[in-house]
Amino acid sequence: MSTSILIIVFAPLLAAIIAGLGNRKLGNTVAKSITTGGLFLACALSWPIFIGFLTGSETATVVPVMKWVESGAMSFDWALRVDTLTAVMLVVITTVSALVHLYSWGYMEEDPDQPRFFAYLSLFTFAMLMLVTADNLVQMFFGWEGVGLASYLLIGFWFKKPSANAAAIKAFVVNRVGDLGFMLGIFGTFLVFQTTSIPEILEMAPAMQGASTIGFLGMQFDTLTILCILLFVGAMGKSAQLGLHTWLPDAMEGPTPVSALIHAATMVTAGVFMVCRLSPMFEAAPAALMFVTFIGAATCIFAATVGMTQWDIKRVIAYSTCSQLGYMFFAAGVGAYGPAMFHLFTHAFFKALLFLGAGAVIHAMHHEQDMRYYGGLRKHIPLTFWAMMMGTLAITGVGIYDLHAGFAGFWSKDAIIEVAYAKGTGMAMFAFAMGVFAALLTSFYSWRLMFLTFWGKPRWIESEHIQHSVHKTPEEAGDDTTGGYHPHESPWVMLVPLGVLSIGAVFAGQVFAPYFLDSADFWAGSIAYNEHLMHAMHEVPHLVKYAAFIVMVLGFVGAWYAYIRKPSLPAETVKQLGPIHSFVYNKWYFDELYHYLFVVPAFWLGKVFWRKGDEGTINRFGPDGAAWVVMQGSAFAKKVQSGYLTSYALIMLIGLVAAVTWVLF
Amino acid sequence: MGGFPILSLMLAVPLVGAIACLFLDAKPARHVALAATLINLGLGIVLWMNFEIGGDQWQFQEYHELFAGFAYALGIDGIALMLIMLSVFLMPICIGASWDAIQKRVGEYMAAFLFMEVLMIGVFAAQDLFLFYIFFEAGLIPMYLIIGIWGGDNRIYASYKFFLYTLLGSVLMLIAMFWMVNQAGTTYIPDLMMTDFAAEAQTWLWLAFFASFAVKMPMWPVHTWLPDAHVQAPTAGSVILAGVLLKLGGYGFIRFSLPMFPDASAQFVWLIWGFSMVAVVVTSLIALVQHDMKKLIAYSSVAHMGIVTVGLFAFNVQGLEGAMMIMLGHGLVSGALFLCVGVIYDRLHTREIDRYGGLSINMPAYATLFLLFTMASVGLPGTSNFVGEFLALAGIYQINSWVAFVCTTGIILGAAYMLYLYRRVCFGEQKNADAAAMPDLSMREYLLLGPIAAAVLWMGVYPESFLAPMREDIAWLDQRLAEAEPESDAHLTMTDAPAQEEVRTMTGDEMMEASLDGPPPAPPEGEAQ
Repeated sequence: MSTSILIIVFAPLLAAIIAGLGNRKLGNTVAKSITTGGLFLACALSWPIFIGFLTGSETATVVPVMKWVESGAMSFDWALRVDTLTAVMLVVITTVSALVHLYSWGYMEEDPDQPRFFAYLSLFTFAMLMLVTADNLVQMFFGWEGVGLASYLLIGFWFKKPSANAAAIKAFVVNRVGDLGFMLGIFGTFLVFQTTSIPEILEMAPAMQGASTIGFLGMQFDTLTILCILLFVGAMGKSAQLGLHTWLPDAMEGPTPVSALIHAATMVTAGVFMVCRLSPMFEAAPAALMFVTFIGAATCIFAATVGMTQWDIKRVIAYSTCSQLGYMFFAAGVGAYGPAMFHLFTHAFFKALLFLGAGAVIHAMHHEQDMRYYGGLRKHIPLTFWAMMMGTLAITGVGIYDLHAGFAGFWSKDAIIEVAYAKGTGMAMFAFAMGVFAALLTSFYSWRLMFLTFWGKPRWIESEHIQHSVHKTPEEAGDDTTGGYHPHESPWVMLVPLGVLSIGAVFAGQVFAPYFLDSADFWAGSIAYNEHLMHAMHEVPHLVKYAAFIVMVLGFVGAWYAYIRKPSLPAETVKQLGPIHSFVYNKWYFDELYHYLFVVPAFWLGKVFWRKGDEGTINRFGPDGAAWVVMQGSAFAKKVQSGYLTSYALIMLIGLVAAVTWVLF
Repeated sequence: MGGFPILSLMLAVPLVGAIACLFLDAKPARHVALAATLINLGLGIVLWMNFEIGGDQWQFQEYHELFAGFAYALGIDGIALMLIMLSVFLMPICIGASWDAIQKRVGEYMAAFLFMEVLMIGVFAAQDLFLFYIFFEAGLIPMYLIIGIWGGDNRIYASYKFFLYTLLGSVLMLIAMFWMVNQAGTTYIPDLMMTDFAAEAQTWLWLAFFASFAVKMPMWPVHTWLPDAHVQAPTAGSVILAGVLLKLGGYGFIRFSLPMFPDASAQFVWLIWGFSMVAVVVTSLIALVQHDMKKLIAYSSVAHMGIVTVGLFAFNVQGLEGAMMIMLGHGLVSGALFLCVGVIYDRLHTREIDRYGGLSINMPAYATLFLLFTMASVGLPGTSNFVGEFLALAGIYQINSWVAFVCTTGIILGAAYMLYLYRRVCFGEQKNADAAAMPDLSMREYLLLGPIAAAVLWMGVYPESFLAPMREDIAWLDQRLAEAEPESDAHLTMTDAPAQEEVRTMTGDEMMEASLDGPPPAPPEGEAQ
């Protein structure tokens, strides 16, 4: 296994370097083949490792690579850790990444800068793999920042667009706010445990529960609580949780394959991974877990409400991602790390599928992303439609409890809702309520997306992109609302990934549920596994078990009524709700709030400190003031100005003579 | 090295080169300067190879008594070795950067640079207090000339400001030196480093040295000479100013203030921390609103130096090693950033950020290297600056969480101003026809930036090469400071509250046995305090 893990991690890096430095000299096909080949190789090597952990033939290992830093007691090395938790992430990352590489052959076909794009994708994959194989917190931070860099580069891939540049910087800077917490968390962990090695920390942490306090910013806190909260702030940034979520919707400026890989399946789940990786430490900090639960549940419902109102197909899916990440966090918060990781696993498949499907729709609709200008696409792009259908059935959690049959989301999301109820604490019940309500909204916005896109009459001619394509205005098109535009099905390189991910969206839950949810042997100590809680999860009342199913049906019926049966209803409702709708539609005004709270004052303060501080005070009373005094006071000011060099040398000389004299006599 | 005077040779080579350049025409002067700096780089590598890690504290020593007490004494420890390596590494790059850009009085220019190299190596190698003083203060004379003769339009004002600030500090330091020598009866720095001065005396001596080092660093609020000096200096002048001269202050703290006056260092810790915190936040915000590329990078240097000073005054190994690593990393990265500015300045003759834009299109190789240095400046893990910043901030966290918190916000602000700069220069539409017509890097420019890029990554991925030579010296200093170390605000205390419901990582078999009422686990021992 040690050879294969080295290949898995470093093949994408090597491919990225070759494609990135070779760039135009290599040409599109060579660069694309090398990167895609590297990823398929990594993927082919990852599955045997994962299957090894499923069957129990593999055990956790650490492959040392190289020394990194040794400074006093602080010492950390480059090393690759593989255990069950890592193996799960390995298959998720390499599978989705390989498929996204393949998909991009078609999606990015007309782009002039393809080697750069593929190099960034592979670089991202390398950084993500370094993150999940980390054996110490600092290497995790390396991967953490590496994926941030790749995300920045890919969001801003079309760097001529001002909106893409702004979104890229926003993503990096907002993530850095989270990283502030992460870094302080690492420092604090080192201060307390004198190590950054994850296994060593996890070994010592449980005994610390409630047993010590530490000062932070002048206040005294329970040690593990403050450390876990600081680390979790990092997770909030990367996983776009409420408060630090504002970058994720804007990140949709990047090409759609990027959204599927980075902003749905892998990078944004790094926060969940981190909490699960450190789960024994979080278990020893109940107050921090309550905080995690609260943030997760709040994000879950917040993002779902916003997702209901958006028109941009990618933004709907982006808010949906944000919301689903909330589920994972509150699952972790109630101590159900297995279900959290399971949802991460299934979500990677169906959300990547939805994004790639949306990409195929956008591809078919001449770069139009506004769902108001879609409609009736079912018959024109049937394969894409069926792929999106699988994704929708998976995310809304379609399944029959009594038959033990369902799509991927049915297994993982329902498990989370049930386990929150089973936990039974006040905060867990809050999360349960929010989870059920968000499931209703999830069903509603998912079906809304499907109905607006694939059902109804074509509304294409209203789109400027389509007008541009067919060279017609809506008036010229008359009754033909298609404008004579013919959406085309995507090429096979895009359809194959959709097919493979559809299989995942259908079966991933059914096949892997027994391992992820009910097998302590499978996890083999790589996460904190609470047997009692997982047992109680299966014993919840029937109503709880059916709750998710019922709200899923309600959401479907609601969407059907509003967008198929009575299409005038949404507009009327919007009018009636007025300010409430505006509040939700404008994403609860977070962007505006942050703009006036942070961005504007930062620039204003910068100007004040510069003009009034440095120039108006320090220079005025310092060097310029001194010059003024000299100018005023002496007639030979000019002489001083031109002769300063000699005078300076003279002072030095006098000094030295004095020194020598002093020493000699 | 068997007593071979390699340090003297490293002083002699550029000195001879400098004298030769004074009498040569432009073309031979360039070649002589390049040859001299490359020879010195070679000698530097020999020096590094022969430096015995874990050997004597002071190596390659030379001692020639001149007259009573005052001696020509050279010798280096690991800290000095690393800074000498930084100097000899950057010097050939500076000569290369000036190859075409400097067209007037080339001989004198090259002589000034070579003379500066002599003085910089001298500063780091000097073991006699007054020899140090000569090198330390004289090192600025070539810098004035470089700014004052080959600088921009406002060069007189800039060099005047530079002069005024440094003058103030050096006079006080000299007086303090007299007093010290008189008191300790020696001018030999290794002996002085082990001398215990009386506590009240330390206070005054510390302040006198502080005046000089704070200006050189530069620390807020005596930093305002730096943006002007950078803006007016030619590219190579900025590189050496940011790369090496800004490290003189840090070297001063680590060689003099901390080991010689440990009690006073602890006494004034809030002065340092306070100025550093202000520097990190205020100068970062100022950097955000700059229109001039060089000014922006100059302000960012002040912010980075703020993290160096908190690292130095963290009184632990991580802080000290982190500070040294930032000094090395910043020397490379800010030098490279100034070179990057120079590359496009040579083409368009403006430092105005808004005159550029969309350079990724016509200068992709340039954009790639600029991105690497931008990310290194931001402190991305895997690059040189991360190691330093991470260790320095980890060091200060152990002693004061407030200072650590405020300084760590620098990672957010740093990302903001550097990415904003990068976006305006390299991304966006090509809005200026002349900027859009600029050719990509020439072979000469590749040769300047390539080695720095390699060094930045080396230092980020395998910093052990740089940490190992300094380890013993830092450990010695840490020992020396142990008595004076201020109390940490962490107050890590163990309470007796029993652990509640125990949930821990268990294998399946263990899980079956684990009962709810297991004995409360023993609190961890000692290591946490």
